Amino acid sequence: MDRNRLHNQVASMRRSLFDQGYLDDQFIQLEELQDDTNPNFVQEVVTLFYNDSTRLIQNIEQALNSRPIDFCKLDDYMHQFKGSSSSIGAKKVTNECTAFREYCNAENAEGCIRSFQQVKQEHAILKRKLEVYLQTVRQASQTA
Amino acid sequence: MTMEEKLGGSNGEDGGRDRFPIGMRVLAVDDDPICLKVLENLLRKCQYHVTTTNQAITALKMLRENRNRYDLVISDVNMPDMDGFKLLELVGLEMDLPVIMLSAHSDTKLVMKGITHGACDYLLKPVRIEELKNIWQHVVRKKKPDSKDQINASNQDKSRGGTGETGPTSSSSDQKVSKKRKDQSEDEDEEGDDNGHEDPSTQKKPRVVWSVELHRKFVSAVNQLGLEKAVPKKILDLMNVDGLTRENVASHLQKYRLYLKRLSSVATQQANMVAALGSKDPSYLRMGSLDGFGDFRTLTGPGRISSASLSSYQPGGLFGRLNSSAALSLRGISSGVIQSGHSQTLNNPINGFGKIQPAVVPANQNQNGTLFQGIPTSINQLSQNKPTNHFGEFNRGNDPNAFGVATNFQDARVTVGGSSNTLPVSSGNPLLLQSNTQQTQHSGGAFGNQPSSLGVTSLNQEPFDMNVRGSSNFLDHGRCSENWQSAVQLSSFPSNALSASETFSHEQLPSNNLQESISWTSSHLSSSPLDLSSSMANPANLEDSRGNISQVGLNNNVIQNIDYTTKQQWGDSRHDYNGNMNNSFSRGDSLVPASGPMMDQSNVISDKMNDVSLFSQFSGDSTYVVPHLDGEKSAFDTKSRSNDDFLFETKPQNGFNQNSFEPLENIMMSMIKSDQNNETPLMDGEFGFDAYSLGSCI
Repeated sequence: MDRNRLHNQVASMRRSLFDQGYLDDQFIQLEELQDDTNPNFVQEVVTLFYNDSTRLIQNIEQALNSRPIDFCKLDDYMHQFKGSSSSIGAKKVTNECTAFREYCNAENAEGCIRSFQQVKQEHAILKRKLEVYLQTVRQASQTA
Repeated sequence: MTMEEKLGGSNGEDGGRDRFPIGMRVLAVDDDPICLKVLENLLRKCQYHVTTTNQAITALKMLRENRNRYDLVISDVNMPDMDGFKLLELVGLEMDLPVIMLSAHSDTKLVMKGITHGACDYLLKPVRIEELKNIWQHVVRKKKPDSKDQINASNQDKSRGGTGETGPTSSSSDQKVSKKRKDQSEDEDEEGDDNGHEDPSTQKKPRVVWSVELHRKFVSAVNQLGLEKAVPKKILDLMNVDGLTRENVASHLQKYRLYLKRLSSVATQQANMVAALGSKDPSYLRMGSLDGFGDFRTLTGPGRISSASLSSYQPGGLFGRLNSSAALSLRGISSGVIQSGHSQTLNNPINGFGKIQPAVVPANQNQNGTLFQGIPTSINQLSQNKPTNHFGEFNRGNDPNAFGVATNFQDARVTVGGSSNTLPVSSGNPLLLQSNTQQTQHSGGAFGNQPSSLGVTSLNQEPFDMNVRGSSNFLDHGRCSENWQSAVQLSSFPSNALSASETFSHEQLPSNNLQESISWTSSHLSSSPLDLSSSMANPANLEDSRGNISQVGLNNNVIQNIDYTTKQQWGDSRHDYNGNMNNSFSRGDSLVPASGPMMDQSNVISDKMNDVSLFSQFSGDSTYVVPHLDGEKSAFDTKSRSNDDFLFETKPQNGFNQNSFEPLENIMMSMIKSDQNNETPLMDGEFGFDAYSLGSCI
């Protein structure tokens, strides 16, 4: 019962993450890579992402705060950020990154700052959701 | 994230190899730890052996330690310690490994850059496993250029319908080149695939591969009959070769005629160029004459480098160095076009030999991998990045490469041995002859290393052979060295030839287009001021230490035709950049005939082959510009070769490290000294230039 409940919970959380566009197919690929030889792959990757992206976010903020703004560097950071977020399937985050890049290319500082807020927001939301989700997954597997 | 280096794939597991693609050894480079991790796991899932690192420099070190440890490299474009394109170029040049680029952005420009730098493929992040499942094809493609390319080339040629020259001939020329390559290189392990004309039935396609021998017979038959009167039937009878049909001869004859025409037009161009440049040294002219390419006929007699032949021989390749390291493509050194009067720059550096002709190095301007881009008929092909520098650097060693300088080849694809480097193949100039074997691949991968010095000296006796070699080399993507050798050979007219060459030089250009100043060769020859050089006039590279590096606009012939098809590179191509290769070959890969920067590595290869064959056909020309264009890979590689540092371990800067030249010089000297007939060891593919796709690396 407990196990079933947990499993159901996991399933529905997962479904909603996809339905709401937080995650995309890439996440499924990650899940597929997880197997007996790699039992915690998804968790590892997500953790890695959040650690690394925190650093990137700091860099971006710093770059945005400096004057004059170095758009080239910003673009580089964002390139990496986009790369990693897309690698884990963080759909909304990736989309915000794309929007940011547009502003960056146009050298629109205002736009960049605003867009970056969006990026951070999505990033934080997803982080929370994933944390909960993965925790539930862990619980479900433990009880299994 | 700390660098993870799992040398899981480092051992050469035989078991894995046998079950290829299972067990294929991949080296993944990406500074983003998440992507790296995901990529690693995806690759493991595909049952490849994966080694990862998050630093490009480390990756390079690992590769240099033992390039045989890996089959394929996947690299991100944006990395903090080194630009992905530069790494691409370097790998293509030095190791001749297929490189796949990864990026989160799919800008057309970036993809193009990848192609020109010689990349085999360009993937977008996030990478899907489906895409990774097929990457092994790039390894196979690179390893078996002969058979595969022949087929591909022929297919492509047909579809391409090229500019006449390249079109129809490409396929056969491709085969021919590959065939030549096989003949030429004992080391090559492609010998198994012997589609000799003798045995057409065994060939997959009813195509005749015009080997050196065959071509020689053809040429002598044509000479006997007289070009005007040469009809296929008679030629066929004279040649007396089994299995050869009249149709084969007819088509070959057509190509040959076109080739000669091209040579004469190139020669004119060169002459103009020279005039424009106010070349101080008549060596430019000589270059033209020296060109072995052009004249098959002349090459008929061993050691008989008739003026005609010499004239046609355009060593243009000399400028191999032009590519200076990164300049994958000698671009810019288009023979006639030394447009910007860069020639001046050439002059200076080349002092080595006494006669350093002001190589027309117009190309240098292009340095940036845009070889393919707009390879102006004139020179810019050689735009290797360091044009001016290169000239200086263009040591003798380069000279041989001068053949390769082909990048200039604008016109006749005469792949000047050195010029071939120029082929944009990202791999850098074939000319790079830098002969440093180590370096070999750097130049834009164009031709691995062209043993630039090689051919030059030994020209004599079998001029045709030499030429052929060059051509054959072209085909050999990886084996640039061979090509160069031949190419070089051409340039290196034997001492006897030297005197002849001197005369030729006067004769000039008209015949050769390639590079007007073949002076470099002369230096080799020591005896005569042969200006073999470098037809490749690679502007920068031409630094012919030998002294006479008349860098002529080289490659007029050659390069022009080759459109470097820039492909993603190999990219580029790896390459894109292949502009250099005379035939715009992407990296060492087959010269891409006129198709513009080599776009697709594979295409490039095939194209290259075509070109090469084309050249080979005509030439005999020794100077086939090293087909190494690595375009991919050409590209292609656009990272301007400024990264030469990377290229040359020894020399961090300047594209062609001077050091690299030295060896070339030595080689050349030794070559000169050695029996002409002998093939210098260089010939062996030592310098294989990497078919660097599109040497955009400029």
